[in-house]
Amino acid sequence: MSQDFLRQMPGAESHLKQSQGLAFRLHLDPILLGLLLVLCTIGLGILYSASGQSMVHVEKQLVRFGLAFFVMFVFAQLDPIVYKRWSPWLFGLGVLALVGVLVFGTGAKGAQRWLQLPGGLPRVQPSEFMKLVVPMMVAWFLSSRYLPPSLKAVLGALLLIFLPVLLIVKQPDLGTSILIAASGVFVLMFAGISWRLVAGFGALIAGFAPVMWMFFMREYQKQRVLTFLDPESDPLGSGWNIIQSKTAIGSGGLWGKGWLEGTQSQLDFLPESHTDFIIAVCAEEFGFMGVLGLLLLYLLIVFRGLYIAVKAQDSYGRILAGSLTLTFFVYIFVNIGMVSGILPVVGVPLPLVSYGGTSAVTLMAAFGVLMSIHTHRKMLSR
Amino acid sequence: MRSDRRLKDSNREKRIYAFRTILAALFVLGLTSALIIRLYDLQLVNHEHFQTLSDKNRMQLQPISPNRGLIYDRNGVLLADNKPIFSVVIIPEYSKNVDESIASIQEIIDITPEHIKRFKKRMRRSRRPYQSVILKSKLNEQEIARIEVRRHELKGIEIQAELARYYSMGSATAHSIGYVGRINEKELAAVDAKNYSATNYIGKLGVERFYESELHGVVGYQTVETNASNRVLRVLDRIAPTPGRNLTLHIDSGLQKKAVELLGAKRGAVVAIEPSTGGILTLVSTPSFDPNLFVTGIDYKSYSALRDSLDLPLFNRSLKGQYPPGSTIKPVLGLGGLDSGVTNRAFSIWDEGKYQLKNDERIYRDWKRQGHGRMNLFSSIAQSCDIYFYDLAFKMGVDNMSKYLGDFGFGQNTALDISEARDGLLPTREWKRALKGRAWYPGDSLNMGIGQGFMLSTPLQLATASAVMANRGRWVQPALLKLASVGARPIRQRKIEMNDIQMINPEDWDYIIDAMSEVMHGKRGTARSSGRRASYRMAGKTGTAQVVGIKQGEKYDAEALSERNRDHALFIGFAPVINPKIAVAVIVENGGGGSTSAAPIARALFDEWILKLAASDKTESME
Repeated sequence: MSQDFLRQMPGAESHLKQSQGLAFRLHLDPILLGLLLVLCTIGLGILYSASGQSMVHVEKQLVRFGLAFFVMFVFAQLDPIVYKRWSPWLFGLGVLALVGVLVFGTGAKGAQRWLQLPGGLPRVQPSEFMKLVVPMMVAWFLSSRYLPPSLKAVLGALLLIFLPVLLIVKQPDLGTSILIAASGVFVLMFAGISWRLVAGFGALIAGFAPVMWMFFMREYQKQRVLTFLDPESDPLGSGWNIIQSKTAIGSGGLWGKGWLEGTQSQLDFLPESHTDFIIAVCAEEFGFMGVLGLLLLYLLIVFRGLYIAVKAQDSYGRILAGSLTLTFFVYIFVNIGMVSGILPVVGVPLPLVSYGGTSAVTLMAAFGVLMSIHTHRKMLSR
Repeated sequence: MRSDRRLKDSNREKRIYAFRTILAALFVLGLTSALIIRLYDLQLVNHEHFQTLSDKNRMQLQPISPNRGLIYDRNGVLLADNKPIFSVVIIPEYSKNVDESIASIQEIIDITPEHIKRFKKRMRRSRRPYQSVILKSKLNEQEIARIEVRRHELKGIEIQAELARYYSMGSATAHSIGYVGRINEKELAAVDAKNYSATNYIGKLGVERFYESELHGVVGYQTVETNASNRVLRVLDRIAPTPGRNLTLHIDSGLQKKAVELLGAKRGAVVAIEPSTGGILTLVSTPSFDPNLFVTGIDYKSYSALRDSLDLPLFNRSLKGQYPPGSTIKPVLGLGGLDSGVTNRAFSIWDEGKYQLKNDERIYRDWKRQGHGRMNLFSSIAQSCDIYFYDLAFKMGVDNMSKYLGDFGFGQNTALDISEARDGLLPTREWKRALKGRAWYPGDSLNMGIGQGFMLSTPLQLATASAVMANRGRWVQPALLKLASVGARPIRQRKIEMNDIQMINPEDWDYIIDAMSEVMHGKRGTARSSGRRASYRMAGKTGTAQVVGIKQGEKYDAEALSERNRDHALFIGFAPVINPKIAVAVIVENGGGGSTSAAPIARALFDEWILKLAASDKTESME
């Protein structure tokens, strides 16, 4: 109807086209970009409070956001065909790098996550890179096949998923491996994997869990799970974080204690308040309504992502965009779930709110890919 | 098995994809709902629970110690003050390594191994997290300055100020006011622990101990906001503590000082009482010690030096020293003899220096070998004739003597606010049978008649008896407290009441007091040298208490006996005779005769006090 209305006005259509054209020429999705900018702005506000009102943290984060938006812009310029073509090569490079991490890696707190590049180049975190590359690879692998995928294709895809995931579990980095596994599985789901297979694999994983527990999980990871099951068992040790974060969230009430007024976070009772546990600060200071608002913003981003996926022209773009969007949601769900005590504590930051540059850059790169899928349209398909 | 090489069905893919996207959207909405339900549960359903937890985290109820009441002398001279002292403390939670912290302070100020030993001992005690532990107390200004300058390098080290007791007269009042010290667990168990939750000190001795509940005050509270490392950020709410009550004592600091001066290096005690009130003007025991040393904890070396000294500086002779009263009880016994009709003013004896009981070979001697000649009660008191009192004691018997002595307060602690004072010993038949398993012999009575034998008395009892005598039988119970500042509860004192002494013939009082005056002013009075050239009349009685028993037939030779075996010199008295203002008891251990070493001290105190009163009367009348 609006189009009809526009058609009646001379020059209006061309004007509309022009404005659409500007965003399209820059390969940006204005709605997604706007939502992300709002989210980042809110994120900086929460970070200021969570970091103990440290302008230094806010400025650093602002610089990282700048870099992240730049990366998004660059990624949006590339045609999806490029991603598709490069997927296997990037994947191979990533797996090699992950092996490299296990052999030469550096890191802190008993986990090796970084790889020092030779010749004065900066060190990189291959697992972050794989967050993008694994769904790309699985999407590449499946999109060239008959969909819904056959058992053989599914097994092949699972192999592609779990090779890097196991390498990352080995580092160990449970949070990232969960996110990557999820992103791969989402590709399979969007590709149309049959429910019988899903049920079969579900049963297999349930059976495999005790084996994981006994052979693959490190002591501190087991401790986290145990603490999750009963945080009161060790209230001053590993249960401290979760008790304090629940206290912060619960004491926020309906409207919260007010910005910069959260006693749990401002008085340092809440650990990791500006990184993984930042949602507790938001919940304490802005209350239930504040978190609801933030969740709404996240949902808008997720639904915009799903919309872009549905509108994608080919199956590669479709299933990749869907997977990247759902992975973004998994970040949110796992983070808020762990901070509010319904999931065990795994190191997953709250997207674009938690302090830290790496995840911001990776996430914005993924949104860059989404925008690329949305804005590189072939006339042929119409 | 289906082949992957089938032609791709784009429409089917799209259809499946659309369906899966709807599922994905439902998946997202479902999980989001789970999060919202969880948040609803935490933030709305259980909000109050978590609000309480959050408040418990940040808010702490801290007790505030009340300021201890001050102690003044009767003229308003501050005897016990609260002064800030500074201690260097370590907060182990902030210090990376406690030993390193100690070492770094050691570079700046003097820390002895004993400081470290005590610090380690305190560290082992149970303490709250982030509670500081004292390393060294009573820092001087230089030490504080040195630490402050290097404060930034000293992690976990702080200077803490607190109010601590300071006794302005030091050793002069140690045995009367006593002192406070750091409260120990046993003492804490005996008091209301809540009220003492912020208190570091408790009265250990003397007035400080007796009036502990009045001096202490009521604890206050403040609610503070702390951060996770227990640092106090701000005070949210405060209930001010009620300071302890200020006490004004009867003690006159000038007279107290004078008594200390007069006793000098001698071992002895002086107690002076205001006869009209029973107020203790002076309570001195020498040698003494500096009570300020005990407040924050005396070091072991100084303490063992005090404890092991032969002169017993920690021993309070004025309250706990139990001495045979010697001849000082003769006026009391004379009064009893008259009142009970055993003797009368006309009765006299011939004193040849010896007294013997029928059927007893033992010879009871007079202190004057050749005897006093003809003696009646009046001259027997004035010259302290022993023979007359042997005779009187024999006639009165132990029961009668004990009754009159008991009326004057011997044998019990009559003080209203001194609980440490000993009872002395007022022997009776029953006592001897119970304790020694023997009957009371007439010879025991004879010894008692001159204040020797079993009877023991404290300087406080002697001074009290002297005050009752000065009052002609009207009882005044000795007390240190003159008045206290307003308080919620009445002052608690010892529950003991003494009855005024009624004579059948009240003129007997004047007769005995005249005799005591003769001691001071008479030609042959035993203390006449101390009564000379006085502008007022005084009454007194000298006494000598044997330290070693003199065997039958032996002669007492002061020169030959070593100093510590010499007799104790005693004196009781009051002045002026009419309208008495001061009653005293003086004892000088191993001082020899009462007339030579004890009476002059009493005279000097009389002068000091009566002349001072006269001077203040003059200024009052001028105004």
